[in-house]
Amino acid sequence: MSQQSRPIVIRNGRVIDPSQGVDTISDVVLVDGVVRGIESCGLTQFSDDWTEFDASGMIVAPGFIDLHTHLRTPGQEWKEDPKTVSDAAVRGGFTTICAMPNTYPAQDNASVLGELMLRCASESEVRVRPIGAITKGRKGDELAPMHELADAGAIGFSDDGDPVMSPHLMRQALTYSTDLNLPIINHAEDRGLVAEWDMNEGVVASHLGLRGFPNSAETMMIARDIELARITNGCLHIPHASTAESVELIRRGKSESIQVTAEVTPHHLALTERWVYGENGNVPAVLTENAYDTLAKMAPPLRTERDRQALVDGLADGTIDAIGTDHAPHAATDKVCTFSEAANGVIGLETALSLVWGMAGIEIGLAIERLTAGPRTILSDESIGTLKPGAKADVAIIDLQSDWVVESSTLGSKSHNTPLLGKSVLSRVTATFVAGVKVWDATEDGAKDA
Amino acid sequence: MTLTLANVSQRDVTVVNADSKHLLDVDSLTTEQIYKLRERASEFRQLRASRPFKSDSLRGGSIYTLFFENSTRTRVSFEHAGKALGADVINIAASTSSVNKGESLLNTVLTLDAMGIDALVVRHPHSGAPHFIARHVNAVVINAGDGAHGHPTQALLDVLTLQDHLGNLKGAKLALVGDILYSRVARSDIIAFRKMGVEISIAAPPTLLPHDWSPGPNSLGIPDTEVTLHESVEDAVRDADAIMCLRLQLERQTSGLLPDVNEYSRVWGINTQRLALAKPGAPVMHPGPMNEGLEISTDIAHGSLSLVENQVENGVAMRMAVLEHYCGPTREVL
Repeated sequence: MSQQSRPIVIRNGRVIDPSQGVDTISDVVLVDGVVRGIESCGLTQFSDDWTEFDASGMIVAPGFIDLHTHLRTPGQEWKEDPKTVSDAAVRGGFTTICAMPNTYPAQDNASVLGELMLRCASESEVRVRPIGAITKGRKGDELAPMHELADAGAIGFSDDGDPVMSPHLMRQALTYSTDLNLPIINHAEDRGLVAEWDMNEGVVASHLGLRGFPNSAETMMIARDIELARITNGCLHIPHASTAESVELIRRGKSESIQVTAEVTPHHLALTERWVYGENGNVPAVLTENAYDTLAKMAPPLRTERDRQALVDGLADGTIDAIGTDHAPHAATDKVCTFSEAANGVIGLETALSLVWGMAGIEIGLAIERLTAGPRTILSDESIGTLKPGAKADVAIIDLQSDWVVESSTLGSKSHNTPLLGKSVLSRVTATFVAGVKVWDATEDGAKDA
Repeated sequence: MTLTLANVSQRDVTVVNADSKHLLDVDSLTTEQIYKLRERASEFRQLRASRPFKSDSLRGGSIYTLFFENSTRTRVSFEHAGKALGADVINIAASTSSVNKGESLLNTVLTLDAMGIDALVVRHPHSGAPHFIARHVNAVVINAGDGAHGHPTQALLDVLTLQDHLGNLKGAKLALVGDILYSRVARSDIIAFRKMGVEISIAAPPTLLPHDWSPGPNSLGIPDTEVTLHESVEDAVRDADAIMCLRLQLERQTSGLLPDVNEYSRVWGINTQRLALAKPGAPVMHPGPMNEGLEISTDIAHGSLSLVENQVENGVAMRMAVLEHYCGPTREVL
């Protein structure tokens, strides 16, 4: 991945490594692309050819892992490509990203997966782990060759963007993959209940005259999938849980020892359906031209404050294992249109921490746990998401009190579809290391302070 | 301001400046402004009675109507109103424009805007299309109906029509019957009539009500807008001062919302028996186009208590008042 680098000592930071229960002011030493250890401040012996990084006043954490990234490669490289997604990832502190398979062609065979991995190896500075399709062409008709995909590096299977509508096929997917011990990640959206929708069903949709997506369209499918996981002993992962009822179902499934894990996006933790009004989450007395903000349109949709609170609670009590960004780049033309025409999705890598800590107010240790140790466990990869000796030297340096403005000119992503665009947000990743190489340093970049 | 949990307002409604350049919905108008538009429209109606009436208050101005849906009364009345005020009115039907060649809505309106127009009167099947257009053009945007969201000039002409008939709207009871879920007229009428102090009773098949019906001060999710929901049309029209019968929008129904139209007519249609429950002489309005014999019986649609033709006549006068206000030099008067 990277050239051999000089040893690095990251000094005097508040080191938070949930995989070891560590929260202490220490130095972190990176040698030969791996972590040597968390060491007491000032005691580390090093020579002049070492690189010193002063992390005083900052948090030092394992590099973040995103279970849910849309690379748009192959097939939609005008939205994102392996280099730009990597640029976005490092700005957000992510050092491992999992590539969702809704590409063109779909990641449903080893050739497509292999080609993508070749491109990422040369163009991306972060680790890319591919997710294979559940079904051929993501059409929901026949299973994709899961062993072939697993051999090519797939860390799980998903038809993301499209649900596996057939309960029979979903059962077979969960059963067939038990040998591989890899998760089936099903996009929960019962299209039999709602075929076309614009936003969350509720008072805001009613006010705006938009078509609603009820909570039940997600919850019904999660209930189905948990029951299928129960009878198959399959491994189920719920992506982007968005409703209070979903959290309750996952909580109950876990209490019954069903193999179910879940993720939530930073947006669903921090924002509500009111963002569609285009007034920073407030309800305007009079709708202005800011209303119908397509940048707040996503699948699943932003929900109510009650749902948001349940997601925060579910994250805190361990019902939700991981924060996954669902980084979904879209070109301007996909968003500069009417609300009903607009594509679903929001970019998420670069603003994840600002949403989770700065806006949702999630305690920082918990946030880092769900961005590192949580997804690490789901990936069953001991070498990442931790600062244990011998782990990959992937590190994120965080300045919690730094304000910055989300601006097109400084975003790494090729796409700029976020409702935070032009706004000032709190907390920022100031530096990122992958395999002991500094791949991002905010002080060297043009990013402006607020 | 940095976005954090602490500074996103927890209040339900944030007041913003109501003085809008565009007419996106009636919510941007104060009660006082609605009164003034109503008075101006009354004057135009009188002036038009002594035909031929032609003003030059908008002479030299150009108004484009851009319709992405079929329309008779709304489009024609805007054209009529604009021409009566001396403006050049150009009608663009999306079905015969470059939209048919795949041109996007954005590029279509930017093209028209580049021709130097004063106002763009827009009808579009998507809720919020006028808001989107207003973000991108210099012209004044007048909403002539957007999806299931709003139809402000319809609401204004309905206010004019009912006030003419009743004299005073404050405290009057209006029964609104029919498809609330998909009706832009319902939403704008509710906002406008509530501003005028009208009590609103609603009756509709449960499948044609918004799913998250919220009684109380923000009914239908609209801030400061309270309406009363009744389980039967009889309860809604009882002692009403007027009835607004909404069009059953057949083209918007997805299957399964209604068993059949005959049952709709039998249970929710406005007929002589139901009208008899309202106050004596209570008039019936309908925004048109009517499904005559379905949501409104023929004898009522063309009977002495029907205000349907008054609504059409007032439509021209009210749109003159609207165009004059939003495009004319007297804008600051209101």
